[in-house]
Amino acid sequence: MPVVRYAAQALVYGLFALGIGVLSQWPDYTRVEPDKALIRLSFAHGAARKGECRRRSREELMKLAPNMRKPLDCPRERLPVVVELDLNGEPVFAASLAPTGLSGDGASKVYERFVVPAGRHRIDLRLRDTARTAGFDHMRTVDVDLVPGRALAIDFKAANGGFIIE
Amino acid sequence: MEAIRKPLRLIFMAVEGTFDRIFGEAWNPFYCLGALGYFYFWIVAGSGIYIYIFFDTGVPQAYESVEYMTNEQWYLAGVMRSLHRYASDALVVMMMGHMLRVFAYGRYNGARWFSWITGVPMIWLVMIAGITGYWLVWDKLAQYVAIGATEWLDWLPIFGEPVARNFLSPSHLDGRFFTLMVFLHIAVPLILLFVMWFHLQRVGHAKINPARGLAIGTGLMMVILSLVWPATSQGIANLSEIASPVSPDWFYLAWFPLMDAISAGPMWGIAVFGTIVLFLVPWLPPAKKQPAALVDLDNCNGCNRCVIDCPFSAISLMPRSDDAPFTHEARVDDDLCVSCGICVGSCPTATPFRRTGALVPGIDLPGLSLADLRARTDAAGAILSGPGRVLVFGCEHGLRSEKFTDGRTAAVILPCTGMLPPAFIDYVISRGLADGVAVTGCRPGECHYRQGQRWLSERIAGERDPRLRRRVPRERVAEIWAAPIEGNRFERELEAFRAELPAAGGGTPPLPDKVTEAAD
Repeated sequence: MPVVRYAAQALVYGLFALGIGVLSQWPDYTRVEPDKALIRLSFAHGAARKGECRRRSREELMKLAPNMRKPLDCPRERLPVVVELDLNGEPVFAASLAPTGLSGDGASKVYERFVVPAGRHRIDLRLRDTARTAGFDHMRTVDVDLVPGRALAIDFKAANGGFIIE
Repeated sequence: MEAIRKPLRLIFMAVEGTFDRIFGEAWNPFYCLGALGYFYFWIVAGSGIYIYIFFDTGVPQAYESVEYMTNEQWYLAGVMRSLHRYASDALVVMMMGHMLRVFAYGRYNGARWFSWITGVPMIWLVMIAGITGYWLVWDKLAQYVAIGATEWLDWLPIFGEPVARNFLSPSHLDGRFFTLMVFLHIAVPLILLFVMWFHLQRVGHAKINPARGLAIGTGLMMVILSLVWPATSQGIANLSEIASPVSPDWFYLAWFPLMDAISAGPMWGIAVFGTIVLFLVPWLPPAKKQPAALVDLDNCNGCNRCVIDCPFSAISLMPRSDDAPFTHEARVDDDLCVSCGICVGSCPTATPFRRTGALVPGIDLPGLSLADLRARTDAAGAILSGPGRVLVFGCEHGLRSEKFTDGRTAAVILPCTGMLPPAFIDYVISRGLADGVAVTGCRPGECHYRQGQRWLSERIAGERDPRLRRRVPRERVAEIWAAPIEGNRFERELEAFRAELPAAGGGTPPLPDKVTEAAD
């Protein structure tokens, strides 16, 4: 009887171990089909301030505490960043990105992912970060050849000249 | 809620019965799912400490160091890595199984709410610990997990910059991020350990270690699994490529494909809503509170037995508040008392032989006082007739023994069989109320009130105070522990016991009344 019992225990342990072993790595999961590529657009960029800085008058400065007497009075709030992405001439993303922060003085941020067929694509990128009402401050057009499984990154850094393709 | 619980409970009872036959009651893993969770936690912690020695937090070095462990030092570090993974998976199984079982048996409401709600954050902590662990390997699965987790976090409007940007391209990746992950992967389990300790604060005699045989068996199973099927990585991560397909650990990472399907916002909805519902479960609906046990100072000498035996740490010993010549007295915390009556069973003054004055023990249950219990016992004995009369003491949560009442069998039902002072068995036999006494209740190891079955069994065996007196013929006492679905077995064993019973009075000397029935 103990032999049968130990054998049954071994069977239970074996089945449990099999369940653990299998479910810890099977079945496979495919997030993106193998013939596709991925484009990710992401940046954090602060647009220009909403208003111009104003020089404080002497009277105004004198009314302030000595440690608060900054000559320029600049509004904190930033403008939204407008960004557009076209793929092969078709708009796939367009957004006006509000600044972050409780006072609206932080960077505007975006993180978007686009699954596209592998192959050659033309990407048009446009970004506006000033108070201008027409046109864009930064534009870039690139032709990319995306092999299946490629993950293309599009970043934006004004100090580095604008859109960065990696 | 009972409509959900009942089918679950029946499944558990059936499976546990099978496991009783395979493992025996002491080794039945279903009776110590929580303890097994602790056991796997310690395996995870021990193996984690070892592999941390070899782990490197640099971006390419993380993957290389794990590969070294897996391939070069496979015989120790590789096994440790596999143990780390598989024991983590088993921990999830035990945690969820434990929670489901507690729910199925309705052991989460009333005074037991505390253990339930302190268990809920553990689910989050275990998941976070596991997810950050998969991150550290920095293989393709880690890449998928890192991007998925940060995309999920980015749904919350609290980050100035998308966290997922850290994984936008190889140039965005910083080794310091791994340092942060290592910190989290160590800190979160430490917080988990604290919560695990907290989880048991209102549990007396908490079972945090599985039986030795079970620990050896499951430990061996883990080692063999690690040797036969070692955990491996899935190719170094490359942020210029899509991490797909991957082979996720579904115990921890099933959330990620679900999030891909429904997007991050609904996933947050499920997670938050699910957590809130879990927190509220003990009050859906609120349990009817039974009156808590009452201490009668005139009969309490502060002997400490009820304090030791209470499975819910609801009784403490306090300095004496009256003029009695004792140093301490028992005091019941009403909020913690589940009204199981186990304290009554442990009280040496709880004896039905007392005929002088009112029958009031040192601690009593208002819902079923000792005097009521004696009256019910007397009444049950009075309906018995003929040879082979058996009086059954049963409980509200094990087999419903009152269903077997006939001219030769009578039943007295207690909230928990652990409430039964052993002197009652003596009383029934010595007074000729029945030819034999059968006690029944939840199966050993799975008492609804945790310890009632064990305490009474030990008292009958003379191993625990207050003991069943030696003069009671043991052939007239049977323990037939049975779940509600084991009516046939109960009936078989009851009839077998009845058949073996000696004639009434045979070998039993007449017994005098006593004021108290202390240990022999």
